[in-house]
Amino acid sequence: MQQLGMGQAVNQALREEMTLDSTIFLAGEGIGVGIHDSPMLPTHGLLKEFGARRVKDTPVSEAAIAGLAVGAAEAGLKPVIEIMFNTFFTIASDMIVNHAAKLRYLSGGKSSFPLVVRMKTGAGFSAGCQHSHNLEAWVAHCPGLKVVMPATPADAKGLLKSAIRDPNPVIFIEDMALYFVPAPVPEEDHLIPIGHADIKRPGKDITVVTWSKMLGVAMKAAGQLAREGIDVEVVDLRTLSPLDKETILSSVRKTGKLVVLHEATRTGGFAGEVAAVVMEEAFSSLKAPLRRVTGPDIPVPFSPPLERFYIPNEEQLIRAIKEIL
Amino acid sequence: MQISREKKLVMLRSLLLSRRFEEALTELCKIEGKVPGMMILCTGQEAVGAGVCAALQPEDVIITNHRSHSHLLSKGADPKAIMAEIFGKRTGCNKGKAGTLHLAVPEVNAPCTTTVVGASAPIAVGRAFAQQYRQEKCVTVCFIGDGATDEGSFHEAVNLASLWSLPVIFVCENNLYAGAQRYEEHTKVRNIADRAAAYAIPGVVADGNDALAVYTSALEARERAIAGAGPTLIEYKTYRWRGHGERDHQVYQPKEEIKAWQAKCPVARLRSEMLADGLISADELEAMERSVDAIVHDAIRFAEESPYPEPSDALEDVFAYPAMKGATPCSN
Repeated sequence: MQQLGMGQAVNQALREEMTLDSTIFLAGEGIGVGIHDSPMLPTHGLLKEFGARRVKDTPVSEAAIAGLAVGAAEAGLKPVIEIMFNTFFTIASDMIVNHAAKLRYLSGGKSSFPLVVRMKTGAGFSAGCQHSHNLEAWVAHCPGLKVVMPATPADAKGLLKSAIRDPNPVIFIEDMALYFVPAPVPEEDHLIPIGHADIKRPGKDITVVTWSKMLGVAMKAAGQLAREGIDVEVVDLRTLSPLDKETILSSVRKTGKLVVLHEATRTGGFAGEVAAVVMEEAFSSLKAPLRRVTGPDIPVPFSPPLERFYIPNEEQLIRAIKEIL
Repeated sequence: MQISREKKLVMLRSLLLSRRFEEALTELCKIEGKVPGMMILCTGQEAVGAGVCAALQPEDVIITNHRSHSHLLSKGADPKAIMAEIFGKRTGCNKGKAGTLHLAVPEVNAPCTTTVVGASAPIAVGRAFAQQYRQEKCVTVCFIGDGATDEGSFHEAVNLASLWSLPVIFVCENNLYAGAQRYEEHTKVRNIADRAAAYAIPGVVADGNDALAVYTSALEARERAIAGAGPTLIEYKTYRWRGHGERDHQVYQPKEEIKAWQAKCPVARLRSEMLADGLISADELEAMERSVDAIVHDAIRFAEESPYPEPSDALEDVFAYPAMKGATPCSN
């Protein structure tokens, strides 16, 4: 099977879908001609292949890019826009939160908005807190949006293709660290339905629920713990909204223990939602208090030792697991 | 430009309908509990909606703002469905999800009323992009107020529309007030249309109380857009007789100012011009007014007699179904 980084997998999904459907167009800052020119990046080569009519480099205007998507989607086109970084979502957010997410509802179901907003994210580049800030809980809090956050290149390909074919607005968040980690990706028309979590490692002793880049941390920790005879089940949410409660709940009912792991900051983070679902619906299965392992409540710092302090790691996860075993 | 009698009759009817519709709403708002929520009226500004929409074809699109009644009625929206929506009834054009502030009437290509000031501009740009992408010979009109041109989204949108020569007409109704702030308290620019120079597009100033001047300028902007020459920013100088909303105390609007603008009433103006020019007889005018009265009366009765939605209807219409091939089964 082909080995691709997540950027290449996204690229393949875009290429395949654009070939199938002429209503799909891309828009964003530097997606055609960018300041970086690497085959590992998601939109590499697409301008050359599909032309400037369908691959639109835009001014630095996040509100206009997002509005472009809203208006074009209402007209029946399928925009796939890129907001360069998750942090810049703040300047596109009126169009996404007040319009993409709500206009179908406000129309009484008459209109639909089949658009995808791709956003890059992830600490670890010493980019500082105005480029690094995981805001998935913000978007997951908005009814009318679907939120996808893949952890593997194969999932990214399958989920992006589903996102493009979905008749609703989908927020698709890519952790840039994953662009540079090749993994097997199916070559065929690979589709993964939105709204389905994936058990990346079955286990019987404890459940770790995570998503995006933190899957790697969870898998490494699980590997280390296996050598100590601790059998960790790793649930990769893949989609935050709609949330696959059943997969979470059946895992917790089996193991009786839960740790939720995410890179985003703690207070108001999505781990709180996962925890609440489990407390409401599987309380009697819990044999110990659940734990959260998250970034601390600080802006993502710049200096490498400070940034390493910020990003949750295997040691923190293993400690949390052992606390409740 | 010669404007046909038929076109003038269309505008006169739109003016009369919008005015009568809003006069009725003004009265209904005085009855406690009759109309839920806010009520934002365009009374005094109707020539803009009537004139612009008369210059459009059915396939042309409008994206409008909170002061939308004359835009929507002039574009051909069903007064019954609009009135029922304003009442919050199930038979409303948006099943009671939208209310007067967010009326969406995609069936007449008026798919979005947004109350986020300035937000109609990026959405209109997106709609116009779709028209250009499909090489359709039609345009999108973006209705904004003077206050909206202070928003960043407006400037981003006009820049992009200019850059890509999109078929969009930015129609700014300068009604002299943004909330309670008079024009000169919120911008130093002499005319809103002057802002067009920053984006290398034409900026036009016209009398927003003269439906015929509105029609002529909108038609020119439409022809320019259809020809691929890109957007135009038209500023219509006008005035809102009512406050920002119906609960507005209007302490900031001098009474003499309101009176002076009422003397320039856009409805009376076209009506008297057409009578004077012999384009409509007194009898024909009376028949048109009676017909408009009946439409508004029927709309109110329809709205009053219609049921409210069931509470559980609130859960519908968040997401679109069925999902397309390969896409999600979703729990919400």
